[in-house]
Amino acid sequence: MNFFAKHLGALAAGVAATVLVAGAALADPAIIYDLGGKFDKSFNEAAYNGAEAWKKATGGNYIDLELQNDAQREQALRRFASQGANPIVMAGFSWGTALTTVAAEFPDTHFVVIDAVVDAPNVQSIIFDEHTGSYLVGVIAALKSATGTVGFVGGMDVPIIHKFYCGYAQGAKAANPNVKIIENYTGTTPAAWNDPVTAGELTKAQFDAGADVVFAAAGGSGLGVLQAAADAGKFGIGVDSNQNYLHPGSVLTSMMKRVDVAVENSLTDSNFKAGLTVLGLKENGVGYALDDNNKALITDDIKAKVDDFSAKIQSGEIKVHDYTTDNTCPA
Amino acid sequence: MDLALILSTLDATLRLSTPLLLACLAGMYSERSGVFDIGLEGKMLMAAFAAAAAASVFHSVWIGLAAGLLVSIATAALQGAAAISLKGNQLIAGTAINMLAAGLTTFLGIQWFAQGGRTPQLQAGERFTDITLPFAEELRGIPVLGQIYHDLISGHNLLVYVAFLAVPITWFVLFRTRFGLRLRAVGENPKAVDTAGISVIKLRYQAVLITGLLCGFAGAFFSIAQGSGFGNNMTAGKGFIALAALIFAKWKPVPAMFTCLLFGFLDALQIRLQSARIGGFEVPVQAIQALPYVLTVVLLAGFIGKAVGPKAGGVPYTKER
Repeated sequence: MNFFAKHLGALAAGVAATVLVAGAALADPAIIYDLGGKFDKSFNEAAYNGAEAWKKATGGNYIDLELQNDAQREQALRRFASQGANPIVMAGFSWGTALTTVAAEFPDTHFVVIDAVVDAPNVQSIIFDEHTGSYLVGVIAALKSATGTVGFVGGMDVPIIHKFYCGYAQGAKAANPNVKIIENYTGTTPAAWNDPVTAGELTKAQFDAGADVVFAAAGGSGLGVLQAAADAGKFGIGVDSNQNYLHPGSVLTSMMKRVDVAVENSLTDSNFKAGLTVLGLKENGVGYALDDNNKALITDDIKAKVDDFSAKIQSGEIKVHDYTTDNTCPA
Repeated sequence: MDLALILSTLDATLRLSTPLLLACLAGMYSERSGVFDIGLEGKMLMAAFAAAAAASVFHSVWIGLAAGLLVSIATAALQGAAAISLKGNQLIAGTAINMLAAGLTTFLGIQWFAQGGRTPQLQAGERFTDITLPFAEELRGIPVLGQIYHDLISGHNLLVYVAFLAVPITWFVLFRTRFGLRLRAVGENPKAVDTAGISVIKLRYQAVLITGLLCGFAGAFFSIAQGSGFGNNMTAGKGFIALAALIFAKWKPVPAMFTCLLFGFLDALQIRLQSARIGGFEVPVQAIQALPYVLTVVLLAGFIGKAVGPKAGGVPYTKER
């Protein structure tokens, strides 16, 4: 009897706590991280940093969730929406189907999706000009390469990663028309985002084939690329977040995709603007990372040339082809 | 292909066949004693996680290796208890270990490190780095032989050498020692061994624990030698490839080494062929990536001949009452 009483008490306390939490969540913004996890040192971590920056700046609270598998997408959205979270921000290119369904069910909730495009009146889609940012790191790679061969290791073999590659290749070719580019992808399933061992082997193979700078656009797998580059005493280029600090002296730069800025802005509901938002070089949405860790690697000469290319892209003098528009790459 | 490229492919072959070889030899002990082991994958995964977690927490590659070995041996003991003492179905016990490992490592990884199931990136001193063998630099200038010594034989991490040393040791233990004779006998005819007054149960446990030890090395290789940290399901089916190699090699150590080298070579080739063009036509990545597996099936189905395993394999031993 005593046993039951005790457990009933605990149960009641639990229910009360749940109600409290649910109550507190009302009208708070929510963020959902994609597969790969909050601390992937890359894409999701950038989103997390943005959310933390927002919290610090506004003193507000947000609720978050790390997805464990694809099946949770709709369920997670629905749960946050029915709790009254607003806006709901999600980062990742796989949200299309789930968000289309759920956005229609909750017309009064604002949804912000980063890296995917969903056409609904209550959805803001934020995408980045990854091809222009990749173009700039391609320029750096080709200028830095002593062998005239640069490498690219992608994550999953999907169009958005080809977009990175295509920008990178165009930039490398622009800086050095004779450059040789080796292109590899870690895999063809989502596991390719989290397979640093295979990515590392690909990198070693590229080094053996003469490459001395390798750009990793591979989420968590990219850590294997940067590690292999550090082990071999060659250069790696990080992606999404500023990864320069991972192996100072070996990470040449990082193709920054300011997911953090996008998330920070989106969490404030008054910034919501339905429709498509494109963040490029001009908006500081993409760019290359320069900090104390790689200051010695990026010479003034390289920096001047890259900034020149950047200005030309922004003025429209140079058009960087976007792979996803026609699924071909001129470079 | 020039010599440097051939050497680099062979170099990668050694690296990629190391975990296969360790797991294959591991399976050999267990299966030679009459315990089928499809839980190689699970034990490697547990070891990979434990090794990376311990190495990163204690900042020592040696503590990492020790943790990997211990956890793998403990997992093997658990599997042994189910398959030997409790006389459970050996295949089910192995499958259970695989499922347990896949779930438990990810769960603990998320709980402890909050990095989506990964362990933190390992720093220098927390993982095995490449060893340059004596005189490698001096002999480098000698054409072909010196190059082979410098590029191919030297410059691997410790566990690669452990794996290839384990081949002659395994051969010696299995075929030249009393323990090996008994081990093989217990896999062929446990009753005869029992009649001779030797404990079947004890021998099988010894074999399974050795399996755990070698799986521990294989798992540690993934996370603290080849990689620098644990990632979800990072063994990626290598335990099953090792099992295929074991059957292909007909449960013998030296053929096992060559089989694993062949599989490693196919993997290394796959990586180098990825963006290859044949006559201006780009070969789809998917086709190249499937190559090692397709060849595995072809080789197993077409070239192996009859593979007969230990006669008492898969049957728990029960004394007559």
